[in-house]
Amino acid sequence: MRKTKIFAAISGVGLAVASIFFIAADHVDAPAVSGTKTDIADLFAFEGTNANNTVLIATLQGTLASGDQTTNAQFDEDVMIEFNIDNTGDFIEDLVIQAVRRGDSMYFFGPAAPAETGLESSVITFASRTAVKISTSEAVETAMSTTNMSVFAGPRRDPFFMDFNRFNLVASGAVAPEGFLPPAEASDFFADLNVLAIAVEVPNSMLGTAPTHVAVENLPDLFAAGSIPDSYNVWVTTSRKQ
Amino acid sequence: MKKMKLYKLRILVAVLCTSLLFVQCGDDDDNGNVIVSAACDDGEQNGDEEGVDCGGSCEPCAEEAINFSGTYIQEDSMGRPGVNTVFSGADDVKNNFNTTTPSDRAAFQPTFQATLELYHDVYATSLEIDPADLDYETNILGLDAATFTTVLANFDALQVASEGPTSYFNSTTGLPLTGRNLTDDVIDISLILMFGGTSGTRFDGTNNTPQLTSDGVGIGTRVYGEFPYLETPN
Repeated sequence: MRKTKIFAAISGVGLAVASIFFIAADHVDAPAVSGTKTDIADLFAFEGTNANNTVLIATLQGTLASGDQTTNAQFDEDVMIEFNIDNTGDFIEDLVIQAVRRGDSMYFFGPAAPAETGLESSVITFASRTAVKISTSEAVETAMSTTNMSVFAGPRRDPFFMDFNRFNLVASGAVAPEGFLPPAEASDFFADLNVLAIAVEVPNSMLGTAPTHVAVENLPDLFAAGSIPDSYNVWVTTSRKQ
Repeated sequence: MKKMKLYKLRILVAVLCTSLLFVQCGDDDDNGNVIVSAACDDGEQNGDEEGVDCGGSCEPCAEEAINFSGTYIQEDSMGRPGVNTVFSGADDVKNNFNTTTPSDRAAFQPTFQATLELYHDVYATSLEIDPADLDYETNILGLDAATFTTVLANFDALQVASEGPTSYFNSTTGLPLTGRNLTDDVIDISLILMFGGTSGTRFDGTNNTPQLTSDGVGIGTRVYGEFPYLETPN
């Protein structure tokens, strides 16, 4: 009995060590996408400076070192980046905003209902489109659609922060029992790194009516009606042209 | 060559035109001689037009038809930060997670719960505590292990409130999951939800506990302005 537990614990340590290379938030998260142009680093969604707008930001291809790695980084013309918005609460996208590079510009489509939902998709060329020249480190280019959606694409400083090196030691048990370091000794692994980013700021009126918050809907005993505002469900995907 | 020709023609036209606004005079090679008005509605590309009746001194041309055809297949996916990376464990599970849709992920919940317990077991072992005696404790949101990992596996998206402030989790007001700000410390929040227990301070480095609820890192020198909000690259 005791032996079994010890054995389980030991194999547990092995497993944790094997998964030591995880980088939150989504940077280099899985072997199949690690180091490719479809690798998503992060997703942010927040109220804009104009409270009637929602800002959606996806970062990709992290981590990029300062200098040539950042200057030479490019969006792939065969990769579609898509913000998925569920406004009915079933976690199936009702609206999408897509971004595809052509030449020196990023083309944004939507928000509009996609032709198909799920793993297979196509560019919603029937929806409104807005092009913006891809920014460089020096020159920021933004554009606004006729429907007042602002768009951006280009290299930016990685907004993600974490003591990644220490995390790996914590996850493997190598620094038990201390755990993480106090602020004065901790170090932000991402502070000097960059990512490729796309950003849109879209009027909420274009996103439909938000459904009941998923926590309120599914866990009424813990989250009373009205305790969390109605909320869209948003996720980002990258897809490769076949 | 072509440019040269056009240039010469323009000089000719400019000379012949008494008007300084020579571009309005236009030209027409086929005519062999001088001034023919190039209207923006004559159905021909002439004058300084870049297309038929557009560009140059006419209205801008409609965007060139760019090919966006084709079928695209999903390769990566992300909702809340760290979910796949922290809870999937094995490489093939991580790959599978990225290539499934959020509405089709219930099968990941048992794996997520096992991983959550595993993190606790690893720590128990290194502390020489029986792993059976050190388990995940219901977190500050009131979520037990099964519910917590169900929320993570089955509902993996950022919830984004259409009205009101954004907060991944506001420890002052207790408001959870209305979006994710650039400034939100999602690592500390995730650590608190995983290791903080019911009080949020279960393993916070005090009272001889390990520090597992904060990585000690904040946004540092990052400053955010107007759209596109993000900072100039390093």
